[in-house]
Amino acid sequence: MRTIVGWLSQVVVVTLLNLRTIRQRLGSSAVAVVGIAGVVAVFVAVLSMSEGFRKTMATTGSPDTAIVMRSGADSEMVSILTLDDLRIVGDAVGVRRGEHGSYVSGELFVIVDLAKRSSNTTANVPLRGVGPSAFAIRPNVKIVQGRMFETGRNELIVGKGAAGQFAGTELGHTVRWGQNQWTVVGVFDAGGTVSDSEIWCDVSVLQPAYRRGSSYQTAYVKLESAEAFTKFKDALTTDPRLNLKVVRETDYFAEQSQMVSTLITTLGSIIALLMGIGAIFGAVNTMYSAVSARTREIATLRALGFGGGPVVVSVLAESLLLALIGGAIGGTVAYAGFNGFQTSTINWQTFSQVAFAFAVTPGLIVAGIVYALVMGLLGGLLPAVRAARLPIVSALREL
Amino acid sequence: MKYLPLVWRNLTRRKTRTIFTILSIVVAFVLFGVLAALNVAFSQGVELAGNDRLIIQHKVSLIQLLPESYQARLETTPGVIDVLHQTWFGGIYQKPSNFFMQCPVIPDRLLKLYPEYLLPADQRKAFLSDRTCAIIGRQTANRFGFKVGDRIPIQATIWRKRGGATNWEFNVCGIYDGDKTGVDTTSMFFNYEYFDEARQFGQGQVGWYVIRINDPAKAPEIAGRIDAMFASSFAETKTTTEKAFLQAFAKQIGDIGLIIRGIVTAVFFTILLVAANTMAQSVRERTSELAVLKTLGFPDGLVLTLVLLESCAIAIIGGTIGLGLAWLFTQGGDPTNGMLPAFYLPTADLGRGALIALALGVVAGIMPGMQAMRLRIVDALRRT
Repeated sequence: MRTIVGWLSQVVVVTLLNLRTIRQRLGSSAVAVVGIAGVVAVFVAVLSMSEGFRKTMATTGSPDTAIVMRSGADSEMVSILTLDDLRIVGDAVGVRRGEHGSYVSGELFVIVDLAKRSSNTTANVPLRGVGPSAFAIRPNVKIVQGRMFETGRNELIVGKGAAGQFAGTELGHTVRWGQNQWTVVGVFDAGGTVSDSEIWCDVSVLQPAYRRGSSYQTAYVKLESAEAFTKFKDALTTDPRLNLKVVRETDYFAEQSQMVSTLITTLGSIIALLMGIGAIFGAVNTMYSAVSARTREIATLRALGFGGGPVVVSVLAESLLLALIGGAIGGTVAYAGFNGFQTSTINWQTFSQVAFAFAVTPGLIVAGIVYALVMGLLGGLLPAVRAARLPIVSALREL
Repeated sequence: MKYLPLVWRNLTRRKTRTIFTILSIVVAFVLFGVLAALNVAFSQGVELAGNDRLIIQHKVSLIQLLPESYQARLETTPGVIDVLHQTWFGGIYQKPSNFFMQCPVIPDRLLKLYPEYLLPADQRKAFLSDRTCAIIGRQTANRFGFKVGDRIPIQATIWRKRGGATNWEFNVCGIYDGDKTGVDTTSMFFNYEYFDEARQFGQGQVGWYVIRINDPAKAPEIAGRIDAMFASSFAETKTTTEKAFLQAFAKQIGDIGLIIRGIVTAVFFTILLVAANTMAQSVRERTSELAVLKTLGFPDGLVLTLVLLESCAIAIIGGTIGLGLAWLFTQGGDPTNGMLPAFYLPTADLGRGALIALALGVVAGIMPGMQAMRLRIVDALRRT
């Protein structure tokens, strides 16, 4: 027991001694801190981009909403539903019904070209034709500027993400696609979901404009409850008249985010890993010079009877402290610089633009700091061992 | 030359520091190499776009179809040499994440318009004659282990067969290579006639056109003529050069590419700064030794040269290893499995990297070297 207490007190004494002398080695310590801070900032920033995208996709949809597509279709874009299909879907079990009938919205999802504000080049912007029930099915969608489109008229309402990213979406603006002219009459807020990147109009106007006759691409269906999904799905997939695929809205959008998330995460990890290695080398150099600057002090301590263990721990403690400071600075920089930053990218799976904001979550900051500590630990290990192994006599003789 | 042992001794006096400095420079240049490859990848091979090729798409959006009948009208347009139409098939091989582009084309027109696709003579013949034949790019073939003679099933997402079947089968009868690095060899091409007869709907409708023109300088004029020709029809067109088309498409990825590149650049220079600082510091520590050299009669210029040689040696060793590793890494091709087909390290960037390494050596050595050169011997010797 006494030996453990003695050992611990040695650790404390040597560590404090080290930490007090950091001030004399400010330059090289700062280099290590900056190196680690840079790595953590980049690590957090890149992952927050992926996180932001994933979050946008993940918050889209609610578990009691189902999307009905033709079987074989892997996105709304390539699906087709006939009017008959839509009627059968509306009569199926599990569908919520209100005073205006079933909560079913037959929708069209097409792409139009608009100029991206940031680069002034054309981008694939999603244009969605929605039925009257669409707003009851998506209660988070609210008009925040202007007004709702009128049924039967060539009017558009624009998601606030799309309004920010694409030119020509200003209120009152008219756009021409093919032989049709459209007027922007409103802006809607869909609470940070994918719908924010979309432009909406009345589906009955979009059908003739795109020569779709009376057909739709997908049906959005509000269910009685989230649990009703299975019976609704079974009813449709076993119906011999139909050849449809039913997915929960939440699952659909989670899957749609995979490709872009993989891209960002893969690239981000490669970069963060490489940089981490670079920062470890920097930390190793700093700690080596820290140790060599104190060769005599360490040797004196050893001569006084301090053990090798406390010396190792003290060097590690110093490098971990530097790493912690670096990690905290890096996390703060990433948070200040990137959290909430609005951008948009193409989602390959729907071939259309998705606007999203970087999300620096507490989890990411913690991950960044853990990464910093790992770098500090690895960077301090070799120098710590060297410090403990210093031959006392020759070290004392050193200048 | 006789001073090389001296430089070498100085480098090895603190082996660990030298090694770790070199290692961090190595890392910096690996990053540089990856950055260069990302630059190419995010620009989607814009550099390799043919400047005599134009893309004609539906004015509203690429997803809107154009009539096949435009082919004949385009062929008779003055200035147009070759015409090819392509259509997005969008099928799935086994699972959605195994994405690669499939495209029905008229075989001889494809090979004429894209001379950069190299196909052995017998495979070329098979592609031109066998209707269920598909040719697949080397990169995708390697990814899934496709060989000539394989029969591969593709699930249709858009184009069902007559009767509603979604399963299309193709004979792999050719695997094409690019004639230079960076040519996209991820796509699969198959016979349009087979496709058009078998599909459930959309007969006579194609995705977009690629044309070759006789004079790249006339591209805007020809594009204007084509768009005017179809102006009043239902399917109005938008004609752009292949380069502009690819650029616009690359821009759609948007800030992500820009941000990643910005970050890597920042990191690259940070690491260099740290390394340069360490190198300069190791010279500063030896001020008194340099003074001794000067006492012994070494001229100022020689002292500076020795310091520079030392720092340049570190920078160049680190730079060479780093660029070498980056080159090895990018040989593996696209790390994301299909999203960045043009992922390679251009030779020009290797050269640029070497220059930066040399510059690093000079910059890191020049400051302390100059100080050493200007030192008054007495002051320096007093300082221990």
